[in-house]
Amino acid sequence: MSMTNARRDFSDEELLADVIARLIGDVRHVAVGNASPIPATAALLARERGNGRPYVSLLGSPKNTFWTDGARELFDCAGQGRIDVFFLSGGQIDGAGNVNLVSTGDYEHPKVRFPGSFGSAYLYYVVPKVILFRVEHSRRTLVPHVDFISAPGASEKNVYRPGGPVALVTNRCLFSFAKGRFTLASVHPGHTVAEVVENTGFDFDQPALVPETPAPSPATLKLMRETVAPQLAEVYPQFARQVFGVGISTPVS
Amino acid sequence: MFQPAKSLDDALAAITDGCMVVVPREVSGVPMAATRALIRRGVKRLHLVALPTSSLQADLLIGAGCVATLETSAVSLGEFGPAPRFTAAVTAGAIKMMDATCPALHAALQAAEKGVPFMPLRGLIGSDVLKYRDDWKVIDSPFGNADPIVLLPAIRPDVALLHAPMADRFGNVWIGRQRELATMAHAAVKTIVTVEKIHDGNLLDDPVLAAGTLPGFYVESVAMAVRGAWPLPLPDYYAADAEHLAEYARMAATAEGFAEYLKRYVYDKRAA
Repeated sequence: MSMTNARRDFSDEELLADVIARLIGDVRHVAVGNASPIPATAALLARERGNGRPYVSLLGSPKNTFWTDGARELFDCAGQGRIDVFFLSGGQIDGAGNVNLVSTGDYEHPKVRFPGSFGSAYLYYVVPKVILFRVEHSRRTLVPHVDFISAPGASEKNVYRPGGPVALVTNRCLFSFAKGRFTLASVHPGHTVAEVVENTGFDFDQPALVPETPAPSPATLKLMRETVAPQLAEVYPQFARQVFGVGISTPVS
Repeated sequence: MFQPAKSLDDALAAITDGCMVVVPREVSGVPMAATRALIRRGVKRLHLVALPTSSLQADLLIGAGCVATLETSAVSLGEFGPAPRFTAAVTAGAIKMMDATCPALHAALQAAEKGVPFMPLRGLIGSDVLKYRDDWKVIDSPFGNADPIVLLPAIRPDVALLHAPMADRFGNVWIGRQRELATMAHAAVKTIVTVEKIHDGNLLDDPVLAAGTLPGFYVESVAMAVRGAWPLPLPDYYAADAEHLAEYARMAATAEGFAEYLKRYVYDKRAA
């Protein structure tokens, strides 16, 4: 789904990675879960720009994880507040920031089954900055209410909850999230506010004038294509090939 | 002295119908040769615990009718798409699903490792993951002030099944930094391991190797299985066979295609 628009010199994936890299900001540790090639691109881009800061942990990448105490170390780190940014997606995401990674329809008789909740039912609570991303922006994915809450956008006051959503990035726009609601923050080049409204199943707030998402700069594109893409190929070979045309040689012992 | 098993099938004898078996995630070394052997033997009604997720292994076992209950946080083929037999079985109600979240599985095995009945975990409250787990409880932390927290009962599997780079003739198994394999083995009643090779000497004699070694004390049986994780990767040793996984995703999309896959790659031992 790498769509390079004829009027521009970057792909959707490159734009989204640039948007997410800005959202990451100046932090110490970004972790990226399974099946998240665009957030992984963004995290590696942020690390290149920061000359090695933040630490980036990419699940499934031996080269980009420092864990020596097994997979639980990620969650133990997060529980202690040692992970500042994480990413979650969902088969469905609703206007309250609830994510569904399990199924649609009745849980015991699902219509569609997704892979499962992964670490969401924990990490959403304990990582301060969770960036939601769902490339497909449609009424199918952005719904009024999710059918299954893998992890809720907000919790009761007495529930331990230092973490939660700060933004949602889609192929059409960027929403910010605060006080239990999404606000349209910017619309990507080539898309319109009307189109965002038309394709969003939940209510959201919007300012009188919605800015356009800035395009990635030539320097950013160069960094992504020449430096980030080869690193990405270790853990997302198909994505790196499709989006950046980059492959890796596979070591065999 | 500890003896490596005479055959893979011998090593797997402790995995009987109805067993609770814990298996690792993809980057830790998934025992795929052993999985194919179990399918050939026709093991039934497994309670499969995938720590904390699974890919081809769970999909194959489910598609082949070996699984009654699946306890995990997710099953997918990653870049190759949804796990088709898992998806079909859950939508058809053919298996009992115990949806979890990754750290809950790690924590519940750690409880078994310590011999304590439960482990507390943050998160979960207000999720439907918790809502559908009758075996998980919420209490007010006895150390807090109106601080609700989830308690997870210990998971004590009958068998931990794993694949590792090497073992020695004392039953010690080198797992490197894949420490969750040690947690699995500590938690389970018995541990069965397949390895790429047998190491000459004792892994515990070398302090560098010993730090990444699962002691033979925990290990029931070891069998040789060269490229035993294929077509999944054994990190630091060999990569995933992407072409084969793409073929699997295509074939397993239908019940007929999956049957043909089993015939070609599982029942025909030469291919495995």
